[in-house]
Amino acid sequence: MSAFTALLIRDMRLAVRVGGGALMGALFFLIVVAMMPFAIGPDLAQLARIGPAILWLGALLASLLALDRLFATDHDDGSLDLLMMGPIPLEFSVATKAIAHWFTTCLPLVVIAPVLGLMLNVELHAMGWLALTLLAGTPALTFIGLVGAALSVALRRGGLLLAVLVLPLTVPVLIFGVAAANAAIVGPAPFGPPFTILCALSLASLVLGPIAAAAALRHGLE
Amino acid sequence: MPVTDLANPTRFLTLVNRVLPWLVAATCVLFAIGLIRAMSAPDDYQQGATVKIMYLHVPAAWLGMFGWGLMSIAALGTLVWRHPLADVAGKAAAPIGAAFTFICLVTGSLWGRPTWGTYWVWDARLTSMLVLLLLYLGVLALYWTAEEPGRGARAAAILSLVGAVNLPIIKFSVDWWNTLHQPASVFRMGGSTIAPALLTPLLIMALAFTLLFVTLHLAIMRNEILRRRVRSMRLVQAQELHA
Repeated sequence: MSAFTALLIRDMRLAVRVGGGALMGALFFLIVVAMMPFAIGPDLAQLARIGPAILWLGALLASLLALDRLFATDHDDGSLDLLMMGPIPLEFSVATKAIAHWFTTCLPLVVIAPVLGLMLNVELHAMGWLALTLLAGTPALTFIGLVGAALSVALRRGGLLLAVLVLPLTVPVLIFGVAAANAAIVGPAPFGPPFTILCALSLASLVLGPIAAAAALRHGLE
Repeated sequence: MPVTDLANPTRFLTLVNRVLPWLVAATCVLFAIGLIRAMSAPDDYQQGATVKIMYLHVPAAWLGMFGWGLMSIAALGTLVWRHPLADVAGKAAAPIGAAFTFICLVTGSLWGRPTWGTYWVWDARLTSMLVLLLLYLGVLALYWTAEEPGRGARAAAILSLVGAVNLPIIKFSVDWWNTLHQPASVFRMGGSTIAPALLTPLLIMALAFTLLFVTLHLAIMRNEILRRRVRSMRLVQAQELHA
């Protein structure tokens, strides 16, 4: 078994077995979306119009939720030091941890997003497209959040600091994610340009996020 | 004196102490000239006297962005060359850059009220400046929460570089999201679209603001070096008491 799959499976097992981590994010997503109509009002036409925005915002907040645990538990029990001293480049193991985090935290959000879309009166035919934008965009959220997680574990501060650091950086993802979702549902703007830019953001952060996160860990924990 | 000599904080401090009075004087003179020229500049034919806000707003916006550029260069100095003064320079630039960005937002909002009819619009330029301010506040939050200055400086350096990569993307995406603000009009192909009578005071004010930035930056760097010395002296004292 290669180091990649070993680390991936270890992290996913830990996330699933400890405290129902994977479902907690999805549950939070459900609750955030369910709270929205209480604030906005039950008007279905209005909910349909802002539905994609609500879903994207909910997914953004839910993806932040478990980020501070990404390195914190490994830092506490010392396995982060083993990863840093091990033969695999730190950038690679950090990226692997982020992929495991995406599978356990963001993929459930993508899966339940269509169900939540039903509650917000998003049209049925558009639900697949909406889930597709989340599928393409949430990796960017994870890999940008990875940098924040590494910085906050290096400073031994979690929670709010992480959200303060990460949220401004996710502005482009939110803009193009909602733009692509809106284009798919109401139009008339084409779906292609915002969606491809969203994919580009995910790919770019897949490369840059682990480099910055590994640098943060190296400089912070030395 | 080569730049590497400045790595010695004591030499840097003597240089700063020698240069700072001159810089303060030059800043005051330039501000006096710039403000007088700005006050006597003709009013805009549409906006009237409110156009004078421009002389504070535009230089503040430039320097708000300049501050992040300075922080990124200082971040390279911290992470790549381990220059001992680079993290001091980065830390000193953060509050000044944040302050100029804040001045830009406040003056822009005061300017928007008579010209656009509202204090705040979610227009592309205002929004990207707001995100810039949020990023500055994030860097400041990193400095506040760090227990040890060196560790906080390295974390902030990484965040500055990540922000430097992200800022053009944020700018582009916010532009794509909404455009209402006028496009760039001072530096552009084919010359400026601002009348020379308005442009000259603006450039003088920009120079005055830049000098103000440099003066404040050097003064804050000096204070930070002294603060770190006090800190290490206190640590030594505490160790001696303990022993």
